[in-house]
Order: sequence, then C-alpha cells, then structure tokens
Amino acid sequence: MKFSKSKFGEWHNSEGRNSAGPNSEGHAEGSNSEGHAALVLKGRVLKGRGFSRAVRSAQSIAALAAEGRPRRLLHALILTAAVFLFMGAGDSDARFKDLGHRMMCTCGCGQVLLECNHVGCKSSDKMRDQLLASIDKGNNDDLILQGFVQEYGPTVIAAPTATGFNRVAWIMPFVALGLGITFVIYVVRSWKNRPEPALADGIMIPQGRELDDLRRRARRETDL
Amino acid sequence: MSQIGSFALLLALGLSVYCFSAGFLSLFGKDAASARLGETARRAGIATFAAVLLAGIVLVVAAFNDDFSIAYIFHHSNRDLPAAYKFAVLWSGQEGSLLFWSLLLAGYGFVLRLRYKTDQRLFAYASVIIASVQIFFLLILNFAAHPFAIEQGSIPADGTGLNPLLQYPEMVIHPPMLYLGYVGFTVPFAFALGALIMKYPGEKWIQITRRWTMVTWCFLTVGVFLGAHWAYAVLGWGGYWGWDPVENASLMPWLTGTAFLHSVMMQEKRGMLKVWNMALIFATFLLSMLGTFLTRSGVISSVHAFAQSSIGTWFLVFIGLTLAVCSFFLVANRDHLKSEHKLESLASRESSFLFNNLLLLTVCFTILWGTFFPILSEFVQGHKVTVGPPFFNRVAVPVALLLLLLTAVGPLLAWRKTSIESIKRNFLFPAIGALAVGGMMILFGVRPWEDPSYFYATMAAILSALVIFTVISEFLRGGRVIAGKSNQNLFSAMIQLCRRNTRRYGGYIVHFGVALVVIGILGTPFNKEVEKEMAFGDKINIGPYTLVCQSYTQDDNPNYGNEWAIINVFRGGKLITTMYPERRFYKASGQPQTLPRIYPSFREDFFLVSDVYLVYEGKNETTGRPIIKAHINPLVPWIWIGLIIMVFGTIVALVPNTVPVRVQATSPVRAPAQVGAGD
Repeated sequence: MKFSKSKFGEWHNSEGRNSAGPNSEGHAEGSNSEGHAALVLKGRVLKGRGFSRAVRSAQSIAALAAEGRPRRLLHALILTAAVFLFMGAGDSDARFKDLGHRMMCTCGCGQVLLECNHVGCKSSDKMRDQLLASIDKGNNDDLILQGFVQEYGPTVIAAPTATGFNRVAWIMPFVALGLGITFVIYVVRSWKNRPEPALADGIMIPQGRELDDLRRRARRETDL
Repeated sequence: MSQIGSFALLLALGLSVYCFSAGFLSLFGKDAASARLGETARRAGIATFAAVLLAGIVLVVAAFNDDFSIAYIFHHSNRDLPAAYKFAVLWSGQEGSLLFWSLLLAGYGFVLRLRYKTDQRLFAYASVIIASVQIFFLLILNFAAHPFAIEQGSIPADGTGLNPLLQYPEMVIHPPMLYLGYVGFTVPFAFALGALIMKYPGEKWIQITRRWTMVTWCFLTVGVFLGAHWAYAVLGWGGYWGWDPVENASLMPWLTGTAFLHSVMMQEKRGMLKVWNMALIFATFLLSMLGTFLTRSGVISSVHAFAQSSIGTWFLVFIGLTLAVCSFFLVANRDHLKSEHKLESLASRESSFLFNNLLLLTVCFTILWGTFFPILSEFVQGHKVTVGPPFFNRVAVPVALLLLLLTAVGPLLAWRKTSIESIKRNFLFPAIGALAVGGMMILFGVRPWEDPSYFYATMAAILSALVIFTVISEFLRGGRVIAGKSNQNLFSAMIQLCRRNTRRYGGYIVHFGVALVVIGILGTPFNKEVEKEMAFGDKINIGPYTLVCQSYTQDDNPNYGNEWAIINVFRGGKLITTMYPERRFYKASGQPQTLPRIYPSFREDFFLVSDVYLVYEGKNETTGRPIIKAHINPLVPWIWIGLIIMVFGTIVALVPNTVPVRVQATSPVRAPAQVGAGD
C-alpha cells in the first residue's frame, strides 16, 4: 500500500525523480511552482504556457533552418520535443493536483484527498490511483468528478457544485453581505437624519462649518 | 475514589440549584431578609466552586493512581502514559472536558462572587445567570456524561490509553486555553443579560466586564492559534487550518467576540449600538455553546471525532432556551437600549466600526452557513454535500481582505467626523509603503494576474503592509509630539505614548500582530512539496534546500515504539540542521501516529522565513526504506510570531493608563486665574 504511494511519487514528481536507487535525487521546484499555477486554473495555464513555449521553439527552428545552422537546429529540435513532452506531463500533474484538491478523502478524516496523510489510509491511496488512471485515460474533469460521485457519493466533492439547491450555498454569504451593507447604510442614514436633542435654556448646538472649525481648533490645541 | 467524585458532583449540583433559586428570589425583594437570602446564594455559588474543584482533583488523582475501575480513566489513560498527559486526561475525553468546563465556570463565578461589592445588585443578577449555566453543565455531568461511571466487569489491568493525536505538549495547553475563552464569555454574557433584565442605567456594566472580555478574548485567540499549531505540528499534512467544523466552531465566537470588543467602544464613548452590543455578546455566548455542541455531538463529521457522543440534544435544548430568554428581554426592554447620539459622518470611527462589525459577522455567517449547509442539504435534497476548504477559501477570503483594509483605515479616522485633509495626511506614508510592497512582489516574480491565489496573496501583502505602516505612523506621530514637548528620545516617547492610552495603542499592537498573521498565511500559494522513498544517502532537492537521508532507525519505550529517519538539511552546500521525522506506534491504544519535524529558517532568511517541514509517511514494506514527504512552507512562522504580538498587545491594553505626560514649561508660568463660583 505504501509502495503504491511511492509509485505515485515516481509519477507525480516527474523528471525521473523518486527512483528508489541510492543517490537518486528528487527535484521539485520547477514542476511544483508551475503545478501550483495550474491548480486553480484547472490545467489551462500550464497548457497555455507549454504551448506558447512550443510555438516559440518551432518558430526558432524555422528561423535557424533558414539561416542554415544545422547544429543549433538540432538543439532546437530537441528542445521543442522536450517542451512538447513535458507540456503533457505538466498538464496531467496540474490536473491531478487540481482534481485531488477538489475531492475529499473518504476514510472519514475530513481532509482533502491529497492532504490525507493517515498512515495506512486505504481510501486515499485507492482514490489517488483511480484519479491517476482517469487522467491517463484522457477523461475530462467533469467526467472524472462524476465517476467519483457515482462511486463514493456526492460528499466526495469538497465544495457544493454550482447546480440546483447547492447554488444556495454559494449565494447566501453574498446575500447576507448585501443585506448587511443595505442595513448599515439604512442605519447610518436614519442616524444622520435624526434631529439633535433640544437643550434647555435655548443653548444652540454648533452645526456644520462652525462645528468643524471648533473641532479643528480643539484638535490643534490638544494634539499630542 | 469514584464515590467521592460522584458525591462532589451531586453536592455541586445541589449548591448551584440553591444559588440559582435563592439568588433569583432575592432579586425580587429589597428588604433585609432578601439581602440575607442573596448572601446565602452568593456563598452557595462560592461553595459550588469548591465542590467542582474537588471533583476535578479526584479525577486527576484517579488518573495518576491508574484507577481503571473508573471507565473514563480506563478509556483515556494507561499506566505508562507520561505524567503531563495524565494531568491532561481531565480534558481529553467528553466527560472530563465537560467537568473541566464546569470547573472553569465555577472558577469564574468564584472570582465574580468575591468581587460582588463593585455593584451588588448587578453582580447578584450576573451570579444567578452564571448559576443557571452551571446547573446545565452539572445536570449533564450527573445524569448524561458521568466522569466517575464505573467500568463494568472486572477491573482491567491497564487502560486503553490516550488518543495518540492528543499526546503532544500543546494538547496540554490548547484545550484549557480554548475552554477559558469559551467559558469566559459567560461572564460578559451574564452581566449583559443581567443589565438588560434590570434595565441597568448607563454603561457601567461594560466597564466592569471590559477586562473580563479582553482576557477571555485573549484566551480564545491563544486557544484557536494553538489548535492551528497543533494541527500543523501533529496532523502532518503540512497545513494549519483545514476548515474543519470544530475549528470553525472555535473561530465563530472569536469573530463575534472581536466584533463586540470593537463595537462596545461606541457604546462607551458615544452611547450608541446598545441593542447591537447586547445581540453580539448573546451571539458570542451562544456560539461558544454551539462550539461545545459541535465538538461533543458528532452531528457533523470532524477530525475531532474522538469526542463524539449523544449529549447533543441537551445542548440544543439549552441553546434554544437561552436564545428564547435573550430574545424575549431584548424585545421587552428595547426602550432601555435607545441610542444617545447620532452618526455625523461616514468618514468617522463610528462608521468604520459599523463596517468592521458587518464584515466580521459576514465571515462568521459564512462559516456558520458552510458548517451547517450539509445538514440543510440533507433535509432539502435528501443527501449530504461536503462544504470543505475550497468553499471557505473562495467566500471568506475576499471578505477577510476587506476587513484587513478596514483594520488599516479605521484607526486613522477620528470619532464623529474626519476631514479629507486629515485622511490624506495620515494615509500618504502608509499607502506609498503598501504599494511599494506590492511592486516589490511583482518585481520578485509574483504574477497576481496569472492566478487567483497569487492575486489574493499580493492583495493580502499590500493590505498587511498598509496595516503595519499605519500602526508605525500612528506611533511615530504621537511619539514625535511627546518627544518634542518633553525632550525624550523617540523610543521613550513612544513608550510613554503607549502608557498614556494603553487601550488604544495596545489595540494598534494587536492589529500589528494580525497583519503578521496574514503575512504568514499569504505564503500558502508558494508552498512546495515532494514525496520520496529514501535510501541511505538519497537526496531530495526542494526549493533552496537539499535533504540527505543520513540514516533510519527505530526505538522503543514503555508508551510507544517508533521509527524515524535522520535527515541532514543542506543549503548552498552547507549543513544547516539535522531533522528527525518520526512515526510512533502507541502500545496501549494500538494506533500509529506520525510526528512531523519543522525547521524555521530564521537564521538563513529572516523576513522571508520558511518552514522546512518533514513527515515520516511510512515505510515501504518491500524495501524497508522510509517514505519522506518534504514541504517548504514560506512565511508560516510569522503566524505564531503574530500571535505572540497579539497577546502582548492585549496585555498592554489591559494595563491601566498612567498619568498624562508632564510637559516642561518653556515660558514663564503665569499664576492661575482665580475661579469663582459660577465660572
């Protein structure tokens, strides 16, 4: 079971890391920073970046070929191939992270799937493997999520979907905020329009500019 | 032993019933007999504390004596449990923690009843209300969740042990802090309800409870953050806040309590928001009860599942009753709560408090809504849905950012009205500084337009910087004036400034701490992680660090067996530390537990500090090698530093003001003018 996690690690941290042999090295920086960028954008950002890199490489190949520099042309071809190769890998990596953070582990830990770290958790290992397999098959995000819902029930999705009654979950906080703002504005207006309490002996309470002048003077003279 | 405990609990129940009944009756009379009856009620309240304390001591002694005839001790302790955790047994399970709740409440009641001379009538009302809450907990303890229940059958040789998750030093501190916060809000609640029922004139009840409220808020703050730190240091998923229902339950009263601490100033200074403040303190108390209900009832699945039981109904009934009583008096005595002044301008401290309250309550509502939506969904749709971190992050974070903006802006606004010139003058330096921070982030490669999480991180950085620069500018401005007039250096002048108005400047220090906490949180989008099976000498490169597996081994002691890896951490080719991520196997409970190891890189990069966070995930049974998960969590240590500063700020705000600064006379002193009658 832990072995499968290890296998997952091998796939997950691409560029050949996590091989079990001695003195092997894991390199996380590049893929992680990019992977995170795609976390929210559901893979589209990475795809875009990778694609534009590939297009730039292809353009440079054409330019080099036109200039007749075969060695640099070879380098550029290798670079282009690498870019296309890793574009796919990065995309899957990002999708794995994204989808893995949109689902819950079903072991009862109450954690997001990729954050369940229970030692010996059979649910999360199995679910991660299923997720990897679904991504490898080329299923789109919705299809993958639907598959998980069918197998594990609607509670497997980490946040309410924006469909049917579940929309209420998303709408209500903003409705509450809107109502609150309206209420505060109403209170402020009603307070502002409230008449000043009348004082005995005909004493006039300073208002408007007169009051502002008095305040400025008071602040100037008592400013510490 | 268990008989003594049971007797103490029954005695405590009898005493608090007497305290409530006699105290209640004495409120209706004004003759000497009523006063004497009230005095007996007060003494019964004090004796309740002694009885509950005795029950608490008996339970702890039973834990230390390994008295497994008591079912609670059998299920939450074992012979080889270290002494500190045996003491913590008192709050490690449901029955014990309810006893602990009751003990703290009796303790607060004890202090309150000793200080009754401050205002005998108001204290008598508060005492009766506290006694009613006490009765509720003692009823549960005596009839629903008895901590001294006897284990059926023969006495076991050893206990099943404490939950491994709870065997961590912070668990000895976290629950008491949280409970001191939860329970503590009963005191301002009791005073507020008492003042409302008796139509107490003026705002004296607020002045009486101000320190109670601040101390309670401080305890709750520490409790919430210690809970987050415990999750970070024990659960091993690399995060500190998972929006778990029980975490949410602790945050909700904190939010309403924070709103109360702000809005109560409007009542003190301007006689405004009286109904609102009552409602806020009622809500805070009810949310504290709700938090206990969520932890104990198991109605919503949570990582705190170790505390579930069937006493939820008791809590629901109590919460319903309290809500009904509070609502009744709020409506019946609403004339007593009319505002004394009007709001003069939107650009004023008053309106900033209004919006501050609105945003705090919106966040609170969002959390409450998200926490209970699964139940609503089951009721409406016939099936539960999960409302997890993605929901809370998307909805609560933008509102929290607005709140941060108000934290920066609010303190610079004057009471009543602020002029445009004043706003410009006060905001120029902080705004330039904050924008410079945003510019630097972009310069260092953060692209807020590429990803929503980067956008939020950048906004949070800018707003935190705005808060920090605002606080600094306020200290500098006040300090310069005092330094100029008293020939002190600027630093001494700022200390003097703080001592002259501890509440205001203590509050600024708390805001400074909050900004640091936000800085700690905003590092989340830049986290990195790698998981790898490591043989001897294997390396993981993560961020600027190279982690080398030096060795892996195992050990054993009476409480648990463990295996750990020895990982050398290098940076720039230089060894900076050695870490020992560990996995334990507790013998009594038969449960495994990982213990992450954390290295904050203060020595290497102070301001942009990161945590190197290593988890021993397990062992590959085929190769026998450990699987290590490494995280780099930027800025997280600032969260804990921010907490310390928040606590320091609260302590400063609690200190009474000193005498105003004496200004050296620079011109000849004139004889004071004669003041006659009528002047």
